[in-house]
Amino acid sequence: MTSETKEPQVQETPTAEQPTNSGLAYRPNVDILESENELTLVMDVPGVERDSLDIDFAEGVLTVQARVAPRYAANQRFLLREYGIGSFYRSFQVGEQIDVDGISAEYADGVLRIHLPKAEAAKPRKIAVKVAS
Amino acid sequence: MVLRRLNTGSPVAQLRNEMDWLVQDFFGRGSRPVAPTAAGFPALNVWEDGDSLFAEAELPGVKSDDLDISVMVGDLTIQGRRSTMAGEGVAFHRQERGAGQFNRVVRLPFEVDAQRVEASLRDGVLLVKLPKAESAKPKKIAIRAAE
Repeated sequence: MTSETKEPQVQETPTAEQPTNSGLAYRPNVDILESENELTLVMDVPGVERDSLDIDFAEGVLTVQARVAPRYAANQRFLLREYGIGSFYRSFQVGEQIDVDGISAEYADGVLRIHLPKAEAAKPRKIAVKVAS
Repeated sequence: MVLRRLNTGSPVAQLRNEMDWLVQDFFGRGSRPVAPTAAGFPALNVWEDGDSLFAEAELPGVKSDDLDISVMVGDLTIQGRRSTMAGEGVAFHRQERGAGQFNRVVRLPFEVDAQRVEASLRDGVLLVKLPKAESAKPKKIAIRAAE
């Protein structure tokens, strides 16, 4: 076991639920992965159209907002209702140094993937050992 | 997406690792135990109009090829799987999204026309439209004037 405790690279901002323009929003489930070159956030935002996604990165805080268009009439009666529909909101404090210009995102099938490439300074570096001549 | 239409009475009991009942609150007809709150994955919203029953589920990241929807003897079954995206040299810092197999069976509150069931998957939302059988449609009863 290593004695080094590594700080988490990405932390939830203290206020987990934040009001959006139109009231409270749902907190989407997220996977956060780290590879040598980037951090990747994978987020479930079913029912969201690509144009309704709003991703923002400022001062180390990544914020995702997604509007969900209503799919039923306001007075719809249900035989079974196990989930609600509304907008999504979640934000994270990113500790790692990020190459802000290199941030990219893709969206398909209700899943949003955000790629946060590490800044050069934060990448692990292999030092080649030259043979002394 | 596989859309199976099975009307034959096959032994379904073994398929059911869970079972919910839809309640139709109409003259007590078909009143069965109410669906438990933790009914399983995927969660369902179910509603009806005069012609059809609609069942909707949120299935982000599930490909239509990995979905199998079937209607048989009064049950709607939604089966499928979602895979993780683990890879070489990738560490998880947080893992909230579930992965693996799922299987949900819902008892339909009335007879549907299994031949005309349709399903669509859009932006991670599955919508199954189950047209009612003629016998299940609302009927207008003409009232004859008393002599």
